[in-house]
Amino acid sequence: MARPMPISSDAVTRIAYPVLGLLLLLLLWQGYIALFDVPQAVLPRPLAVWNATVNNLPLLISEGRVTLLESVYGFLLAFFLGIPIAVAISSSRTLNLMFYPLLIATQALPKVALAPLILVWLGTGIESKLAIAWLVAFFPIVVDTATGLRSTPTEMLDLAASVRASGWQTFWKIRFPAALPFVITGSKVAITLAVIGAVIGEFISSNEGLGNLLLVANSQVNTPLAFAALLALAVLGMALYAAVAFIDIALKPWFSEVRH
Amino acid sequence: MVALSEVDYELRKGELVALLGPSGCGKTTLLRMVAGLTRPSGGSVIIRGREVTEPQDDFGFVFQSPNLLPWRTVLSNVLFPMEIKGRLDAAAKARAVELLEHVGLGKFLKSRPHELSGGMKQRVALCRALIHSPSLILMDEPFGALDELTRMEMHELLLDIRRLTGATVMFVTHSISEAVYLADEVLVFSARPGRVSDRIRIDLPYPREAALRYTAAFREYERRAGAGLGVLHHA
Repeated sequence: MARPMPISSDAVTRIAYPVLGLLLLLLLWQGYIALFDVPQAVLPRPLAVWNATVNNLPLLISEGRVTLLESVYGFLLAFFLGIPIAVAISSSRTLNLMFYPLLIATQALPKVALAPLILVWLGTGIESKLAIAWLVAFFPIVVDTATGLRSTPTEMLDLAASVRASGWQTFWKIRFPAALPFVITGSKVAITLAVIGAVIGEFISSNEGLGNLLLVANSQVNTPLAFAALLALAVLGMALYAAVAFIDIALKPWFSEVRH
Repeated sequence: MVALSEVDYELRKGELVALLGPSGCGKTTLLRMVAGLTRPSGGSVIIRGREVTEPQDDFGFVFQSPNLLPWRTVLSNVLFPMEIKGRLDAAAKARAVELLEHVGLGKFLKSRPHELSGGMKQRVALCRALIHSPSLILMDEPFGALDELTRMEMHELLLDIRRLTGATVMFVTHSISEAVYLADEVLVFSARPGRVSDRIRIDLPYPREAALRYTAAFREYERRAGAGLGVLHHA
């Protein structure tokens, strides 16, 4: 039946303790600079980072928007190409044997090493960033979805057999919905990887995005701005992760009996 | 491995037969073979003169766990077999609602399985097995995970449904009193390799009521079944 609501004091500590942790870190940071007299170009004070963030907010938002779109599109590409491939390799033994080892091999390859080639093929526009984001986000979606499709509870398959469901019906009405929690788990990993992929793409060659801003700020020895860009990237990554995690939490009770 | 040997039994139409035995005696395997979910390595299952090699359209199966699809509502879980058979029409929906109302779940049509208790879930599973008016209902320890009180309620419900539908029921259990209370006939199994150690006709009139459980005749049937299981020595 319904689980008891979390006690409010628990909710308070859940917010208060992380905030306390953050404050402690900021204090150590500030203390370190004061104690060792670190120049701003090497490590800016927390307040300087905050000021750089506030003063450059429009810039951070417009560059962040570029990185956001590259990450999201790259993720969506990985999602919509990854799921059919997972379906194919999990439903056909032949396809599985043919392509699964290849998939593992591509995963073992560091994607950064491919980035310069992708740049040659696709140019310096958004296409190359999408390709890199897609490449890194693709693998967890394929592997988790394929795992999900192969771990349908046997009782559910018995149910399908007992009502004489066709292979097609068993797939769409039982195996696929039962695999959705796995798809979401894969997506949570993939979305954070997609942001990394987009930034790698921007690092290699770009004139926009937070990755590019980071490089520009670094070359100008504007360390507070570089930190502000990092902060914006962290916020972006967490927001995207939270969006997928939110879907996960919303769907969780529906799949309570499928999870192992 | 031989899970089961020398089971020779004729199931009579409209009867409720209980397969009673310890874990691993092959009673579930026998039920699955009758259902067409498992192929026998030897021998055959013949129903209405035809060998059963796959699940039949007019069989209903109730699993050990409720085995509901958690992403579907109660109503759509009950309608699942009709959906698969391509018979999802107004009549099917009306029947599903009627069945759910009959088992006391009329207010939970739109609920999801995770919102229900164990007994409620198993009642939904029972409705799902009955939705296409099967002539043979196969039940694999369906009430094993329920508490005593819920289990007794389910017994009344099952006998009630069976009286209304006239369906033949094959019921697997490891509870002596459950087998005696429900069945026209109890097949008692001994452990590996599974074989039928006793066949007990329960000549107690239906409708049966809870008070019956405490009569001398009932106790005597229980004692005989216990002897068949090997938990008692023959007197």
